[in-house]
Amino acid sequence: MTQFLSLLLNGISLGAIYALIALGFVIIFKASEVVSFTHGSLLLLGAYTIARLSDTLGFFPAVLVGVLVTAVAAFLVERFIINRLRGAPVISLAIVTIGVDIILLTELIRQIGPDILNVPHPWGGDSVRIGGVGISENRLIAMGVAGVLIIAFFVAFKYSSWGVAMRASAEDGEAAALMGIRQGRVSALAWVVAGVLAAVAALFLVGAPTPGVSAAAYTVALRAFPAAILGGLDSTGGALVGGLLIGITEALAAGYQEQLSFLGRGFGEVAPYVVMIIVLLVRPSGLFGTKELTRV
Amino acid sequence: MLTVDSLQVTYGGAVEAVRGVSMEVPDGAVVAVLGSNGAGKSTLLRTISGTLRLHRGRVDAGSVRLGDLDLTRRDAGQIVRAGVVQVPEGRRIFGRLTVEENLRAGGMGNRDRAAKAEAVARVHDLFPVLRERAGQRAGLLSGGEQQMLAIGRALMASPRLLLLDEPSLGLAPRVIGQIGEVVAEINRQGTAVLLVEQNATMALGVADRAYVLDVGKVSLSGNARELAQTDEVQRLYLGHTGDAPEQRTDRAPLRSLSRWSA
Repeated sequence: MTQFLSLLLNGISLGAIYALIALGFVIIFKASEVVSFTHGSLLLLGAYTIARLSDTLGFFPAVLVGVLVTAVAAFLVERFIINRLRGAPVISLAIVTIGVDIILLTELIRQIGPDILNVPHPWGGDSVRIGGVGISENRLIAMGVAGVLIIAFFVAFKYSSWGVAMRASAEDGEAAALMGIRQGRVSALAWVVAGVLAAVAALFLVGAPTPGVSAAAYTVALRAFPAAILGGLDSTGGALVGGLLIGITEALAAGYQEQLSFLGRGFGEVAPYVVMIIVLLVRPSGLFGTKELTRV
Repeated sequence: MLTVDSLQVTYGGAVEAVRGVSMEVPDGAVVAVLGSNGAGKSTLLRTISGTLRLHRGRVDAGSVRLGDLDLTRRDAGQIVRAGVVQVPEGRRIFGRLTVEENLRAGGMGNRDRAAKAEAVARVHDLFPVLRERAGQRAGLLSGGEQQMLAIGRALMASPRLLLLDEPSLGLAPRVIGQIGEVVAEINRQGTAVLLVEQNATMALGVADRAYVLDVGKVSLSGNARELAQTDEVQRLYLGHTGDAPEQRTDRAPLRSLSRWSA
């Protein structure tokens, strides 16, 4: 039981991190009608920047710069590529984002090299026990920070002008344009927000129990994709639920590896995708997605 | 106020939708544009509101001016800020947003806080039902209420010129009459209106001037009352011969609107 609770807690914290990434993924889709595959490398960019600058600037300034750099990078991708291709087929746009992702990723891997860059989190690699349930401090803090960010996001999405403009233009772009809502601005802001969320997720993803920043962080980020898809690509609530579901699945599958050994070692890494496929087979538009998702 | 001069618009570089249309909306006037499907009515409105590009349409010649401002060189946002706001055909309200959020979205082009507050008051005054249903999802409103919301949403930008694209579409005759009254009232409060309609009875009832479009050209134009008497309009748009339009909406104040909240 203790083991189960421990895995569950770790899964929730991992899921909260995935939810941050998935939320960005979903709002980009809503605002720009693009499935952004650049997200993995943006996340790695955030992690890399934080790791590189921590020694010279100190941890917290480095985090600030890392978040800023990632947000600016996301903004530039939107301004100079996505925005200029408005009206292009959805598939072409998705492929373009894969292209951008590969370019950015290749450069980052070249920079990182074979090393594992250490991010000197002030909370280090310590673990805490809460009533016998163990979790790394990093994951615990991640859960808190992600929770606060997610709540802030939903409040802004519901009540701020940006949120209203965003939901209006996601529902009917032309009608929103007729109201004087500038879709370019809404879209750019969505990318910036997504960039910030990805960088924060990156900060915690490369902390304990993960050893540090390496190219492997990228594949971890990729697990947020099934989270967004199984929640429903156009549903922010779905991204949250999807993220948690994937996080918990992954933690449980990894934790009960012995019992699941007939599925082969490292099943935890593929479990998110298995869950995604099963959910989509039952509900093709995801748990909370809109059915008529034929956007032109 | 609004001057359209020899406007030519094509879609996809091939289909000519508007072929040399000239018209004028004077300050404070209600101008109706009649015409059957494919006459170029919606294209005309898209050109004025700057959404032509979203439909892969292009202005080949001519101009659309608001005073000295050339609207064909402005994007939709700039045109809204210049005071020209369109209520799209088929209402196109944001069904998943609440009524209040729809109105908020309509006011996004309006930076002036005082003007926005004034606009809310005006909209609630015109359509009390929108205040009653503020927290309801707009998709749950009836067709007539949705049209009211669409008009209210556009008024949130405090327009000088309101463009209405087929506001009577798919509505019951009684509701159409109410829309006519609303248009007259909005105009009485000082907003010019360009009303595109297939329902000629309602349109000619509220308009001062009217233009009839036929395959992208103005085939008839003139004083709305006189136009309603011409044989061609009688035959093509009013569907009977000899009689004057029955459903004339007069410009009484909006007291009768209270009935409409039912």
